[in-house]
Amino acid sequence: MYQFQYFRPKSLDEARKLFENNGDAKFLAGGQTLIPTLKQRLAQPTALIDLGAIGGMSGIKVAGGMVTIGAATKHNEVATSVEIRKAIPALAELANHIGDPAVRHMGTLGGSIANNDPAADYPAAVLALGATIKTTSRTINADDYFTGMFETALEEGEIVTEVNFPVPEKAAYMKFPNPASRYAMVGVFVAKTKAGVRVAVTGAASCVYRESAMEAALGKSFTPDAVANIKISPSNLNGDLHGSAEYRAHLVTIMAKRAVAAANG
Amino acid sequence: MSAPIIGSAVRRKEDHRFITGQGRYTDDINRPGQAHAYFLRSPHAHAKIRSIDASEARAAKGVVAVFTGADFARDKLGGLICGWMITSKDGTPMKAGAHPALAVDTVRYVGDHVAIVIADTYAIAKDAAELVRVEYTELPSVTEPSKAQSAGAPQIHTEAPRNTIYQWELGNKAETEAAFKKAAHTVKLNVTNNRLIPNAMEPRAAVGEYDDGTSGYTLYTTSQNPHVARLVMSAFIGIAPEHKLRVVAPDVGGGFGSKIFIYAEEVVCTWAAKKVKRPVKWTAERSESFLSDAHGRDHVTSAELALDGDARITGFRVKTIANLGAYMSTFSSSVPTYLYGTLLSGQYDIPAIYCEVDAVYTNTAPVDAYRGAGRPEATFIVERIVEEAARQLKIDSAEFRRKNFVRSFPHQTPVIMNYDAGDYDASLDKALGLADYKNFPARKAEAKSRGKLRGIGFSTYIEACGLAPSAAVASLGAGVGLWESAEVRVTPTGGVEVFTGAHSHGQGHETTFAQVVAGRLGIPIENVEIVHGDTASVQFGMGTYGSRTSVGMTAISRALDKIEAKAKRIAAHVLEAAHADIVFENGEFKVAGTDRKLAFHEVALQAYLGHKFPTSEIEPGLKESAFHDPTNFTFPAGCHICEVEIDPETGVTKIVQFTAVDDFGNIINPMIVEGQVQGGIAQGIGQALHEHGVYDTESGQLVTGSYMDYTMPRADDLPDYKLGFTVTPCPSNPLGVKGCGEAGAIASPPAVINAVTDALGIKEFDMPATPARVWAAIQRTRAAAE
Amino acid sequence: MPGVAMTVNGKAVSGDVETRTLLVHFLRENLRLTGTHVGCDTSQCGACVVHVNGKAVKACTMLAVQAEGAQVTTIEGLAKDGKLHPVQAAFKEHHGLQCGFCTPGMIMTAVDMIRRIPDLDETTIRQQLEGNLCRCTGYQNIVKAIKAAADETKGALA
Repeated sequence: MYQFQYFRPKSLDEARKLFENNGDAKFLAGGQTLIPTLKQRLAQPTALIDLGAIGGMSGIKVAGGMVTIGAATKHNEVATSVEIRKAIPALAELANHIGDPAVRHMGTLGGSIANNDPAADYPAAVLALGATIKTTSRTINADDYFTGMFETALEEGEIVTEVNFPVPEKAAYMKFPNPASRYAMVGVFVAKTKAGVRVAVTGAASCVYRESAMEAALGKSFTPDAVANIKISPSNLNGDLHGSAEYRAHLVTIMAKRAVAAANG
Repeated sequence: MSAPIIGSAVRRKEDHRFITGQGRYTDDINRPGQAHAYFLRSPHAHAKIRSIDASEARAAKGVVAVFTGADFARDKLGGLICGWMITSKDGTPMKAGAHPALAVDTVRYVGDHVAIVIADTYAIAKDAAELVRVEYTELPSVTEPSKAQSAGAPQIHTEAPRNTIYQWELGNKAETEAAFKKAAHTVKLNVTNNRLIPNAMEPRAAVGEYDDGTSGYTLYTTSQNPHVARLVMSAFIGIAPEHKLRVVAPDVGGGFGSKIFIYAEEVVCTWAAKKVKRPVKWTAERSESFLSDAHGRDHVTSAELALDGDARITGFRVKTIANLGAYMSTFSSSVPTYLYGTLLSGQYDIPAIYCEVDAVYTNTAPVDAYRGAGRPEATFIVERIVEEAARQLKIDSAEFRRKNFVRSFPHQTPVIMNYDAGDYDASLDKALGLADYKNFPARKAEAKSRGKLRGIGFSTYIEACGLAPSAAVASLGAGVGLWESAEVRVTPTGGVEVFTGAHSHGQGHETTFAQVVAGRLGIPIENVEIVHGDTASVQFGMGTYGSRTSVGMTAISRALDKIEAKAKRIAAHVLEAAHADIVFENGEFKVAGTDRKLAFHEVALQAYLGHKFPTSEIEPGLKESAFHDPTNFTFPAGCHICEVEIDPETGVTKIVQFTAVDDFGNIINPMIVEGQVQGGIAQGIGQALHEHGVYDTESGQLVTGSYMDYTMPRADDLPDYKLGFTVTPCPSNPLGVKGCGEAGAIASPPAVINAVTDALGIKEFDMPATPARVWAAIQRTRAAAE
Repeated sequence: MPGVAMTVNGKAVSGDVETRTLLVHFLRENLRLTGTHVGCDTSQCGACVVHVNGKAVKACTMLAVQAEGAQVTTIEGLAKDGKLHPVQAAFKEHHGLQCGFCTPGMIMTAVDMIRRIPDLDETTIRQQLEGNLCRCTGYQNIVKAIKAAADETKGALA
């Protein structure tokens, strides 16, 4: 790691000021992606602003058909939340398979979606469930939030404070992990909501995205068969040592099919 | 009388310190005033170094020194060596290029050592390394063994034209050709043996220290063989005379071969300690381990089997290109030759075998021994082609093997080895039973009803370990003898300290060796202390690798013979009996036919008192040593059976059952032996399904440079193994033991791939069987069928 | 250099560290608690697992300054009054270790999983070990040891 200054503000206001006063600062949430990145010397922030001591950033509320999760809520808390297990079991299951137990004790929802790793799990849930992201300055729809590889709609210094997930009728997430890293090589989150079916794919491309052909087919018939024969074009998908774009395209279909089956129980 | 201690699952003596966090690994050692080192490494696969400017780094606050290859060369020190001379088939010696500890004018792989930066803290050293300005002229690189010898390939060492280090042969060529001419049936198979990266969980580390008062150096290092490290650093590199260099290998966190070798970092840290007048400590980051630990395997092989009309194997020929990387590591030359070609007969009676191996340089990390070393590569090709032959001849795989088994011993193969004992039918039969082979078709059908492809694969393997008779290996080019030493010191109160040259880095020697001693002397195991890993306390030793613990144990056994003999003479005097009347039983020296006796500790005390025996005839004290040179290899053998289920939708291969029946001769501690087998199989399954060291063929960059891309087998990737044992005692050592450390890694990969190819109904398949590769193979098969 | 203070194995400790110092290096170098190991640099091997405020975390993926005020338990703090923790004892009894390097992280992970999950079965244990690599044992005896310790303590583990 390169040298940096470290701050541990007690409030969001203080965090924001620190950010403004420090040229190339980064916010530190759970650190489970940022610290490995710093260890590899792939980033050189002048300051880290640790959000861990700010009150009111963590917690889970379920009310009025909405699951509200504070940005600093740890993956393990989501995974083991009885309310979430009841309201959106797929979300708890997803959280229960992020990284490993130690990572889940530190990593946070806000940190994950602010980083927007193309192989992260949470973006798939946020996008498929049509969640809204509340920040220090505004509310952003999931469809407008994930803008590219490691890129989001967040402005400089803007901090995610909570995410609101509308409770779907049915939902499930199927992940095909990269055999080495165990990040999602392909992860498909399907959600049947009052507004229609949404299918979000993570891991396969440079950024989480919605698979509209599948959404249309599942809108007509929410069955595994409805997607089983949908061929995904590999042209915009990732290909590497662990799998070609064609393989990933194929896995999108398989994972979607399995996710629908799981959602239907 | 309780159960004999030899053969019991005694819980390990060494465990307490490990489970309480009190192990003492090299990185746990901190010396007063130590500085920390960071190695600046080549970012290029192949380049000329035009210049190195370290002035800014040297001036940085907290930096102690920066040294380059020029500084090292100025002290007229030698380079790293390869200690096994291989002679090509044309009679010329192997063509080895220089292997400088720090690159002088050329870097030859990504990770090659360019400079050492020494600073007050590790962070400062790493920061300062970024200030060292190195100007490179990049050169084209080659990473694949199959391309290294082509006309257009870049020349890596001028000494080795066409990057060819040697062209070696073994076997009876004329008879083999004749066998193929007469063959009723021939079977061809091409296989690659994938490059592996060892990944002992403890990264390599070194602390070098110089004491000006005594002009002595001390090196703490992660080594499987500290004495050999000292010998090489002294005799070939010239750091210091052996008696002025102490090498300590404290607790070592796994080796698997990768810590046999003498590496640049430990040499340079020791040398630099005197230059900077401070101890110099270096610990690898895992990324550096990936780049610079010696890798394993990386063979490309074509093989052909000749059979007569009765499905008997009559000939076998093998042509292999072995990738040795950018430099020849310490024992690299022996791995694809005498540790490989000599095992090509497997468990089979094959009258004619001919093997050719070209060893090549490439712009990759050096390749050397990794768990099994040559024997897994041999076993893989033998067991794959035997399986393929059975399939082509439509004979049950087990029966085909049985038809060709060696059944009379000793058996001389055409490839040097003389098998001393074995019962291959016994291990096959036992494995077939444990694996419930007869009901496999029903399981396959049931899996099919669930949409899964089920396959079964065999591996009836043999390996040669307990390296090895010194004269024999000398005739094959070894630069060292492969005996082992032991010294047994009995204290006046009857405690026993055993000094062994066999280093333990997970094998549990502190327990098994103590069992041998306690069992032999009839004393509590608590009274035995096993000392290893320090050249200052152990006289000499060749270290632990090649499942050669049997050699170390036999050395102890022979030292104990001498202890017993001397103790008997002393007891005779003390008991005032004739020497011939003294018997030693259950820890007591008795006068036969009387009730007069002395306990072991009583004789020990008398030995040190010297009051009751003539010291002019018998020296006081009770301490003996032995150097044991084995008379043959030991030949563990057995049968592994793997059953897989493949999900054709995703290509995921799941091992649903893995059975291993091994014949390790007599077993000292079954708990530890089972642990060795389980760990070995896990590494073998890792090779077969998960692990692959991959370089980018254009840039020469290591693509699998971390656990993000190199798939280490995890707990949920692996099954529980069904283990069984058969026993044919080894005739070449008094304990009747054979090696057991490598068998799992040697036997399992072909069992797994035979199961995968059975499930998929295909002939050739390159490891590892990752989901993507299996899926692609299924698509190819489907496309071909359409 | 900023100061940092925390409680490690029940003792108040403090030290001066760089902001970039990882918790694992604070433990190993400042406190000389070398039982916690570093086996990788990508937060995957789990040799560095310790408990922070009662939860298993990777000490290589946390800054020392982040642990300000925290209660930290390392492998050295697990045995109480000279008596091995049941998980430590189970690792010895079931030969759940060979070279011992991954063992501290394995044991700390195991203690955490036994506390969190009632009625651990073998499949769950294997899944929960996703963040811990062992190269020696093939995991079989690690799984056996954890299962035995879980059954023995039946959720009574403090």
